[in-house]
Amino acid sequence: MHKSLQLLDVARPATRRYSPREDPALVRWTLTLTAVFVVGLLIVVPVIYVFWQALSVGLRSYADNLWGNSDTRHAILLTLTVAPIAVLANLVFGVAAAWTISRFRFRGRTLLTALVDLPFAVSPVVAGLMLVLIFGMNGYLGPWLREHDIKIIFALPGLILATMFVTLPFVARELTPVMEAIGAEEEIAAVSLGAGGWQIFWRVTLPNIKWGLLYGVVLCNARAMGEYGAVYVVSGHYAGRDDTMPLRVEKLFQQYDMPAAYAVASVLTSLALVTLAAKTLLERKTRMELAEAAAVRNVGGSR
Amino acid sequence: MSAARATSNPLPGFRLGLAYTLFYLGVLVLIPLAACLFKASTLSASQFWGAVWTARARSAYAFTFGASLAAAIVACILGLLIAWVLVRYEFPGKRLMDSLIDLPFALPTAVAGLVYSSLYVENGWLGQFLVPWGIHAAYSRLAVVLVLVFIGLPFVVRTLQPVLESLEAEIEEAAALLGATRRQTFLRVIAPLIFPALVTGFSLSLARGLGEYGSVVFVSGNMPFKTEIAPVLIVNRLEEFAYGEATAIAVVLLAMSFVMLIAINVLERWSKRLYA
Repeated sequence: MHKSLQLLDVARPATRRYSPREDPALVRWTLTLTAVFVVGLLIVVPVIYVFWQALSVGLRSYADNLWGNSDTRHAILLTLTVAPIAVLANLVFGVAAAWTISRFRFRGRTLLTALVDLPFAVSPVVAGLMLVLIFGMNGYLGPWLREHDIKIIFALPGLILATMFVTLPFVARELTPVMEAIGAEEEIAAVSLGAGGWQIFWRVTLPNIKWGLLYGVVLCNARAMGEYGAVYVVSGHYAGRDDTMPLRVEKLFQQYDMPAAYAVASVLTSLALVTLAAKTLLERKTRMELAEAAAVRNVGGSR
Repeated sequence: MSAARATSNPLPGFRLGLAYTLFYLGVLVLIPLAACLFKASTLSASQFWGAVWTARARSAYAFTFGASLAAAIVACILGLLIAWVLVRYEFPGKRLMDSLIDLPFALPTAVAGLVYSSLYVENGWLGQFLVPWGIHAAYSRLAVVLVLVFIGLPFVVRTLQPVLESLEAEIEEAAALLGATRRQTFLRVIAPLIFPALVTGFSLSLARGLGEYGSVVFVSGNMPFKTEIAPVLIVNRLEEFAYGEATAIAVVLLAMSFVMLIAINVLERWSKRLYA
């Protein structure tokens, strides 16, 4: 499509200066330079600054800041524990929700879609507070939990629950439109050929949606590893026990240990950059997935 | 919620899918939400009012809303500029810039706060140029607006981009043929078409700003009556173990978010009708 447009451009009579859609060169350049400046100032400079600050103490101290401090090491490992559990839980939920919402029409479907999005509308701090109200020492389940010696708030389960809450919508939200666009034809064909439910899921649905699913997982994971507000409320802030990486950044910042704070921040920033790269790649794959499904549909329709 | 099927769909897994979805949402979202509302309802009216309507709380709501509003407006202006440039013009590094727009989504807010708090101080990379002019973009109200612009920018760009891409060439060509200048074409033809998307982007970034905590606590300095936001009040009450008061303020914030959510839905429906 792009090629043919270029051909048209060449074929255009030379007397025509520019198309009416095109802005004058001065406007074009002013706007482009301003946009590049804004993105540079707001987005690029902060990223460079993180690595600059982290590495300004030298590579050896940088590595030491990350791995030499047992509390920081624990924070990295804790994030690597909390995030995968939360992502896995929301992955299963996301597939179930997307399957239900995209494949069936039922009363309350719109309401269910809105409910899935609800955590996005709740301030992370409020999310943390809600968990404290239920599982905290004086919470509704507090006495029962104390009796059975189960600790949730100020402990690992609380961190996981808070992370699960704030990242709940990601997978479902990305997957539902993809599954709707792909359509149910192939799955219905599989049913008519006698396939069972799980067989359809593993052999037909999953191969079709894998890139869209991965895209949701990548976004969910980025948020899970970076979550601050909700885990701040449920964490006991005991260094080396319940500080995740973002909480560790804050603690080091409060202690004016800037090189160490930036060292942890640089890991989180690298993660964000990897997420962006994966996102760009997966967006292209998802588009291909949808185009493939559309092609299959067209062939089926013309028969 | 009724489980009656409206269509005769031969696919399996409806009951299991719906049951699990409802169970998960119930445990993780609905029960905690109910607990929050129940806790607030155990307060007497005067207790509730006393918690949510102090002078300090009022100034925190006003600042939270004001800063989010200002940031959303700025994000709209910058977002429109960036989306326009990305859709309409060709320049080196365009695809990299397009990917970088999503960074605020992916970057942990604590990192954003950490960086923004030190870039704009007096001897910071950018502060050294701005502070002599009296522009204090760290530990001030301006700092909060700035970091919220950063957080809100992708919402505006990503809502506008598809709409700008879908604009058909014919309408602009027709406007030009009818003798409209470029400026007239933009203001009278393009602007009305992209306005609904701009409004959606605006409300998304506003909603995000209202609930934002991580980045703001780093850059604001959290001074009561000046740069304190509402979520900080909740954290303060919690640290004093004043759960009732914290919950009361949380309910106010929740109400604010739900009003925003409904407004976004209405706006989206309105903009879809406009295109139909």
